[in-house]
Order: sequence, then C-alpha cells, then structure tokens
Amino acid sequence: MTRADVCVVACAEAWRGDGAVLASPMGLIPKLGARLAQLTFAPSLVLSDGEATLMYDDEVEGWLPYRSVFAVVAAGTRHVMMGASQIDRFGNQNISCVGGWQRPTRQLLGVRGAPGNTVNHPTSYWVPRHEPRVFVEKVDMVSGVGHDRGAVEIRVVVTNLAVLDFATPDRSMRLRSIHPGVTVDAVLSATGFPLTVPSPVPPTREPTDAERKLIARLDPDGLREKEIR
Amino acid sequence: MTVMSVDEVVAELHDGMTIGVGGWGSRRKPMALVRAVCRAGLRDLTVVSYGGPDVGLLIAAGCVRRVVTGFVSLDSIPLEPHFRRARQEGTIELTELDEGMLYWGLLAAANRLPFLPIRAGLGSDVMRVNPQIKTIRSPYADGSDLVAMPAVPLDAALVHLNRADRRGNGRYLGPDPYFDDLFCLAARRRFLSCERIVTTAELTEGGPPQGLLLNRMMVDGVVETPHGAHFTSCVPDYGRDEAFQREYATAPWDQFRATYLDGDEESYQKAVAAR
Repeated sequence: MTRADVCVVACAEAWRGDGAVLASPMGLIPKLGARLAQLTFAPSLVLSDGEATLMYDDEVEGWLPYRSVFAVVAAGTRHVMMGASQIDRFGNQNISCVGGWQRPTRQLLGVRGAPGNTVNHPTSYWVPRHEPRVFVEKVDMVSGVGHDRGAVEIRVVVTNLAVLDFATPDRSMRLRSIHPGVTVDAVLSATGFPLTVPSPVPPTREPTDAERKLIARLDPDGLREKEIR
Repeated sequence: MTVMSVDEVVAELHDGMTIGVGGWGSRRKPMALVRAVCRAGLRDLTVVSYGGPDVGLLIAAGCVRRVVTGFVSLDSIPLEPHFRRARQEGTIELTELDEGMLYWGLLAAANRLPFLPIRAGLGSDVMRVNPQIKTIRSPYADGSDLVAMPAVPLDAALVHLNRADRRGNGRYLGPDPYFDDLFCLAARRRFLSCERIVTTAELTEGGPPQGLLLNRMMVDGVVETPHGAHFTSCVPDYGRDEAFQREYATAPWDQFRATYLDGDEESYQKAVAAR
C-alpha cells in the first residue's frame, strides 16, 4: 500500500452516499477515486470520460456534452472534486491567478466553472501537495466560494497528508483524519491558518485488499504515484 | 455568395470588433480563420471564447485588446503561454467569467434578451472584478438574489465544423457540439469553416439529423479549410497534434511566426506536413 493508494480511497470516500449524481473528478487520483467508488460502495455514481461520453467502468452508457453538464450543475445533481491553487479556512478556492487580479504575478487557468459549481452542488477539493502557500488565510481571487460566501457544501479536502472537512459550528476547516505515517504537527505546519483538531485524530482508512486490486487494475502503470511529489 | 475564401472572411472583420470563437480549449477551433486574422494584423479585438490557442495566437500577434472568457487552456498543457504572459505583463484587458455565465451571456444575446438570471458568480470574486455585472431579485415568492448575466452580443462569430454544404448548413461528427450554434446565434455576421464542403445530400446522409448543428439561417459564409482546426482536435477527422502544440507552447514567438505564420494557409499546412 502506498500513500497514493490511501489518497485514492480518501477521494473515493468523498462520493459515498451520493446516489445517481455526476461525479466530476479533476486530476488522476480523484479520477481513480471516483471510479473506485462506482465499482464498490457508490454503484449509482455517474462518470464521464472527461469529455462527452458517460462511462460505467469500461462500458459507454450515455452522452453528456458540455452544455448538458451545465444543466446538471444547475440541477444540483453533481459532486465535483476540483484542484485548488489556494484555499482558505472556509473553503474559498482560487484557480484563477496569484497576486493582484489586474496584473497577476502568476496567471493560472481562470475561474472556470468553480463559481457556478460551488453555489449549485457539493464540491470537494484535491491538493496533491499540502503546503502553506496553498492553505492560505485569504485567497487572491475567490473562484469557488466557501461556506462564508454561500457555498452549498464544501464536503472534504483530500491532500497528500490528510483529509479535512468542515464539521464545525461555523463550518470552518477541521482535520478529519491523517494518512498513515503523517503526524498532526506535519499537517498543522503545512497549513497557513489554524485548523480545528479533534482529539485524538483518527487515521485515514487504509484500502482493503479488494480496493487495492481494483486500483491496480485501473492504474496498472502506477501513474498515481507521480501525482504526489 | 455563401462560399468564401479565408481572405474574404477576414475582409469582413475590422479593428475593434467583438469576435466570438467556437470550440472549447484546444478542441475544434477555427484555426485557419484565426491564423488569417493574425496575418491581416487586425487590432483592438475583443475576443469571446472558451479559450485555447485561438486566444493565445491572437494575443501573440498583437490583435487583442480584451478577452472575455472563463479560462484559457491548451488542455494537455494546462496554461496557455501567450495569455499567461500578456496577463502578467498587463498588456491585455480581461472580462473573467464563470463558464456557465459565458454560456448564459451568449444565450441571452441569441434570445435578444438584455440578461438572463443565473446562480453562478454569486459570492465569488467574478462579481468584484466585473462591477458592470449586477444582481437581480426574483419578483416571485422565493425572492432570491441572482446574477443578472448581461447578454454577450458578437459582431462576428468564427466556428469550425467537420462538414458543411455550399448553402451554410453544417454538421459536427465528433462527440460534442460545444457552443458553436450559440456563438452563431449571438453574432451579427457568422462564418463557418469546415474540413470539407459536400453536397447537401451527402451532408444530410452523413449522420443523424441531430448532428446538423448549424443551418443556413445561422451562417453568412462557408469556407473549406482542410486541416483548418490544426493543431486543435477535430475528431473524428483528426485528433490534436500534441507534438505541434508543444512546439507552439515552447518555441520563441518570432521563430514560430516566421516558420508557420508569415505565409498563407497553404504554406502553413505545407510547413506542418514537412516537419
């Protein structure tokens, strides 16, 4: 079992109990997580190939061009897992640019669908490198909105170190679990704002044997290991 | 006359126009028309696009004053180098929208409405950087506040499909129509480039009726530009030319321009084939 396998399962867990909603994972480890969830405990989950074709495992099952994805967004029957170049304690996320918006020091993707996603349906985040420049007091350009700005639900933030959620009275970020081999101090020092920390902090669940076999089938070349640097 | 040459299309475009470009990211972009706009040296354009190398090329060629978009990406290369540089050097203006807001703005323009309400944008910094975009309160019992996404009308739309006939009917053969029909419906002048002009019978027999995305009410001019979406994807005719896209993304601009863009479209395609 590797850290990447733990992350795949932690991402899969984000979709547990979601039913027949569109899972939209951004990044390889979230993709593997969504596929693992569909093949195990979330069999109703709907997945696309990242373009216009709906897939059930390896079988084509439908058509969902971009314009239909926007209809699903507006209907609220979707749970996306996006990346985050910056994220704050209420789950406000930035994928647009770093620095001042007028003339950024680093132009990134743009806000993409993040504003619409977060006010319409559940959203989770995947951060392959948990560090203070990602977990910041204040994001430079609010792309996805957090709980203090009207998000429907920021469910979890899965990182290479831990799983975070928002199960606090003010819906600010909390440490839910730490991956095997990671200390609470390592998470706290990699986070640029204070986290709510339960006592004790539970470990992130390890993959079962069956899950490990499925992950190996879905990613036989082990590309997931390269996503965590 | 519906059938036109690339140069005849460009002759209808002028400095300062708002031009919508179909496709999505680095997929089915009307690149032959974009290259011709670059060569013609149009200036001060406002480019409305789900942005890919169309935006990057036009910026690098100095044609762009403002970009209206939700992202600019080459897909397999996440960040568009020319867009990135221009933003970091402050040489272009930007209207940054949520992807769904842009969809709604085109839909409003297509429906001749001043705006359409949408949730997307609420609470986000899209509203901070676009003070011209207002919210509106629902007049019904819910009383909710929504973004009043203003129409995004276009002076011209440029789109690329797999097949068309001489009258301006068009078919896509890939899995996604993107928003090409909306770009045309939102625009005053609409130009369709295609891989191949076929007879109307061949066009209609070439797939299911749902694939006939554009009809001649939505198109003012058709241009046959074989390989005209290169280096973006135009499946099933061809996929993205990843090696060429890498060259585009990494080569110094002057070198890229001299190698590929200083001649006409025919010499571009020759230079591409000669690699």
